[in-house]
Amino acid sequence: MTEELLQLRNIYKNFGNVKVLKDVNIKINKGEVVALIGDNGAGKSTLIKVITGVHRPTSGQVSFKGEEVVIKSVAQSRKMGIEAVYQERALCDQQELWRNIFAGREITNAFGFLNIKKQRKEAEKILRDYIGFTSKAITVDSTIMGLSGGEKQGVAFGRSLYFDSDLIVLDEPTMGLSIQETEKVLNFVKGLKKENKSAIFIDHNIIHVYGAADRFIILDRGEVVGEFNKDEISREELVQKMIQLHESGKIKVEA
Amino acid sequence: MNILLNSYFVKTHRLEISITIIAIVLFLIYFLGAPHVFTRFPIYRAFMQSMPFFGIIAISATFVVTLGEIDLSFPSIVGITSLTFGLILTATDGNFFIAFALASALGMFAGLINGLLVTKIGIPSIVATIGTLYFWRGLVNVISQGSGVAIVDVADSTWHHTLFVEKLFGLIPAQFIWFIVLTALMQWVYRYHKFGNHIHFVGDNKDSSQMMGINVDNIKIIAFVQLGFFSSLAGIFTMYEMLYFWPTQGSGLMLTTLAAVFVGGTSVFGGKGTIFGTFIGVLIIGSLESGIVALGLSGFYVQFINGIMITSAVTIYAIIQRKKT
Repeated sequence: MTEELLQLRNIYKNFGNVKVLKDVNIKINKGEVVALIGDNGAGKSTLIKVITGVHRPTSGQVSFKGEEVVIKSVAQSRKMGIEAVYQERALCDQQELWRNIFAGREITNAFGFLNIKKQRKEAEKILRDYIGFTSKAITVDSTIMGLSGGEKQGVAFGRSLYFDSDLIVLDEPTMGLSIQETEKVLNFVKGLKKENKSAIFIDHNIIHVYGAADRFIILDRGEVVGEFNKDEISREELVQKMIQLHESGKIKVEA
Repeated sequence: MNILLNSYFVKTHRLEISITIIAIVLFLIYFLGAPHVFTRFPIYRAFMQSMPFFGIIAISATFVVTLGEIDLSFPSIVGITSLTFGLILTATDGNFFIAFALASALGMFAGLINGLLVTKIGIPSIVATIGTLYFWRGLVNVISQGSGVAIVDVADSTWHHTLFVEKLFGLIPAQFIWFIVLTALMQWVYRYHKFGNHIHFVGDNKDSSQMMGINVDNIKIIAFVQLGFFSSLAGIFTMYEMLYFWPTQGSGLMLTTLAAVFVGGTSVFGGKGTIFGTFIGVLIIGSLESGIVALGLSGFYVQFINGIMITSAVTIYAIIQRKKT
């Protein structure tokens, strides 16, 4: 029983004269992890920025939970239940954790002043319950600067869980992480399915992608050139496709 | 001692502590070097009288600098809003409300132009505000034709004059009390209001902020607008103190104001700053000239020592920052 969560139809995105996305059609179901793969410049990042509201598409339609929507801003996409976890860029280095976790959706009173007590308390809860930071070295007052790559990623994940989003967007979540940290991140992605949450995720490492995703969408120069369910393709075949794409500059896919 | 140095408060307030120590040392030097001046009240009254004019702007400019931006046009905004205030107060035979509303609206409008040039057109703020610096000063000269405006007849001994610059108990100038109140208010906004929070995030990393749903352009525009407003307020304070407008009004404020912000410890790179530090920076920069003269050095030393203060302060902060990373 599949229930559709997000659908993009005929999405085009131009930056000036450059056509970055050309007629992209994708669908993500509830409880499904979809991987976006493709070479640098294929339009993966632009596509997820369209989903998270950083960019507006030049044309095309988006529906979310069965409703037609126009995603105008990050704040709006977050409110709808789309949460982005961007590698490195999700957090601001010099600010404390308790500020970072609530950046852009602060807990405030009617006059816009922060409810510091509550933000700190909730941040503490997130560190403890969702991330499992028990070490004394990291507190809600730590700045991001002192955290390792995996710890930063953990904070970003914890944040997305806390805000109870339906669709989690992961932009290269394992880039620059150690093996153990990568393992944690991939486990996290797999764990999403159990909670019937969906994820769309970009990663250059096909092995990671194959392990964590249910479906693979291959992008090339702004177009979807292939789409496979995990049971349709083996890991080796997927790697083979990517090599072909890389060598020929274009793959013919009989999907 | 070690416990003290490693305490949470010390770790998170290194900048504030450093700047306070610098200020204490400086005032000790004044005190020991010129006790006949610094053990008496008049010098402090003079400080309290003169510091708020650039101090108010320095507090407000801290927001813009924390964004990683700069505004060089505020001296001319002080000029054009002071002129507007003077002309309208005279024309309306002393109607404070109309004069205040129009002068501060013009200040905010000037800030809005800066903000739009920086965000919507994409001109670096240092360049955009050099343009508007000349523009507003030029407009002052064109309108005033180089002559001053006296407001003594419509402003002296009025309730609004009392409100702005009268001395409380004949001792403490009202502008200093305003300055303290505004500093406290702005400190609160800077640290604990959503706007101040967003200022830090945008200054820290514009792209991350955007992705976290902060409207970067709006935050920058509001920052420039509030600086325009506080520049006009500083202009109005000056008008009440002097009861006269002269066409170069405000143009001496540029370096002292920005020096106070940087000496105060706000990072030129954005993302980190302190209103308290700026306040102490105002006390330091605002006291140097009289302090140096009281110590018996000639006025020629003022710029020289200013230079030493600014350079050594920013060097210390750069080193503190490097240690942290």
